[in-house]
Amino acid sequence: MPPVLEAQNLTKRFGGLTAVQAMSITVAEGEILGLIGPNGAGKTTMFDLLAGSVQPTSGAIRLRGRDVAGQPAHLRLKQGMGRTFQIRAPSPELTLMENMLLSRQDQSGERLWANFTALGRVRAEERSARDKAHEVLDMLLLDRLADEPARVLSGGQRKLLELARVLMADPSVILLDEPAAGVNASLLETIIDRIREINARGVTFLLIEHNIDMVSRLCHRVMVMASGALLCEGSPEEVARDPRVIEAYLGGAG
Amino acid sequence: MIDLLGYGAFFLSTALILGIITLGLNLQWGLTGLFNVGIAGFVAIGAYTSAILTTPETADRIGGFGWPMLAGWAAAMAVTGLAAALTGFATLRLKADYLAITTFGVAVVMQLVALNAQSLTGGPFGVAFIPRPMAGLADTPVAFNFANLAVVIAVTLAVYLALEHLSRSPWGRVLRALREDERAAISLGKSARSYRIQAFAVGGAVMGLGGAVQAHFIGFIAPNNYLPTLTFQIWAMLMVGGSGSNRGALLGTVVVWAIWVGAGAFSSAMVPTDWQARTASLQIVAIGVMLCLILLLRPAGFFGGRRKR
Repeated sequence: MPPVLEAQNLTKRFGGLTAVQAMSITVAEGEILGLIGPNGAGKTTMFDLLAGSVQPTSGAIRLRGRDVAGQPAHLRLKQGMGRTFQIRAPSPELTLMENMLLSRQDQSGERLWANFTALGRVRAEERSARDKAHEVLDMLLLDRLADEPARVLSGGQRKLLELARVLMADPSVILLDEPAAGVNASLLETIIDRIREINARGVTFLLIEHNIDMVSRLCHRVMVMASGALLCEGSPEEVARDPRVIEAYLGGAG
Repeated sequence: MIDLLGYGAFFLSTALILGIITLGLNLQWGLTGLFNVGIAGFVAIGAYTSAILTTPETADRIGGFGWPMLAGWAAAMAVTGLAAALTGFATLRLKADYLAITTFGVAVVMQLVALNAQSLTGGPFGVAFIPRPMAGLADTPVAFNFANLAVVIAVTLAVYLALEHLSRSPWGRVLRALREDERAAISLGKSARSYRIQAFAVGGAVMGLGGAVQAHFIGFIAPNNYLPTLTFQIWAMLMVGGSGSNRGALLGTVVVWAIWVGAGAFSSAMVPTDWQARTASLQIVAIGVMLCLILLLRPAGFFGGRRKR
């Protein structure tokens, strides 16, 4: 069986700057893979490439063995790969529930005529999407806020809503961009627990994170990037002891 | 007394027909955020389409199709919807400023076509003898006014219910999401361009229907029915009623139309005849003052800014 997500020799240049240089990555079914590195190492660009919001200068990306390079992000979402964003908040004026329902893919009610010609199907799908949304929101402790506009959420709760939205699309692999950034300690514990729980149901994760504690508790395997290229990879313990990693984080890499 | 009732029915019919057009704008602007300043052009397309298709044969003008009135209205919706879709398609991403310029251009072009394509539109003389609904009652004016009002209410109600249904549907939710944060909606797989064109086309079709109903209600149309003043009136109606709310669109229309008609009656009653051509602008002033007051006191209009919880 091919790996869930695989990239070979990914390179991305922005003008004269090479943000990612010949990166290869293989994410196996069911694992939580961490991607760490100092600021400016190219992690987020790598993420954008994998998610399809940025197209690579060269290299191949395969989702379950299928070539997806050149496809836009939302087609990858339909094929089972969801991502969260480091900065972008959910639409602040829409309610949590509306944010959730919008993330459900292939809703016939989103086609104009179906609202007149196939009303029964539209209603049934809407009901099941609502049930699913309540279930996911409940798991992420947001259900009591379901009908509030998303702007009332704290920074940490927004991260949870981002994750909840991704789950609405039933992805088999989720790319998480800094889920711990700006999140208070107790909410962070919740996020860690929930990621474990979702992972136990068979969902694969690729995680970008600065919080080393979170990475070492969650990840089965860690890859370290510096200056756009792979520095080393291994278990969290191995990586933490690697002198090159310490060097990179302490500023030697520049 | 009977006369007054008859006039009330006439007033309300006129207002509700404009209300249909305002409902179309509310879908485009209130729900989707598409800035249409060429409303008069789309209304004209609907009016002329239905007029040309339903009128009897006339010398020097294409026509004589003599279609039934309802078929003319359906054709007006289809043609105007198509024209709006093409306008949207041509402006590629339908961003506010490009769309505004294009729609304004459409309105100017439509007015010029109506004025100059004499063999199609009758030119400055317009199209007359447009069949009127309930024409059999024309001998008793009061009954005729009320029967017309019933027809207009039925059409307005149908449009209102259909648009309410759509704005609560998953389709309407996508439109709101696009208005709030286009990039976020795109990242969820919604095609911004396709939804904008759909919303613009449906709104345009509704405006075309309004134009057609108005043409049949008056029985006669001419190019100067479709000047930019009409666009200004419809915008004022939506702003006063509350953009985003279908109920607001209808209420705002009735209020603004009452002020418009009232200011007109005032100037013809109080101003000497030879001054009346000049004081006609009082109507626009009255609407402008109303608009300023609303924007100062209730910026979101009567029904605007109320979010469904």
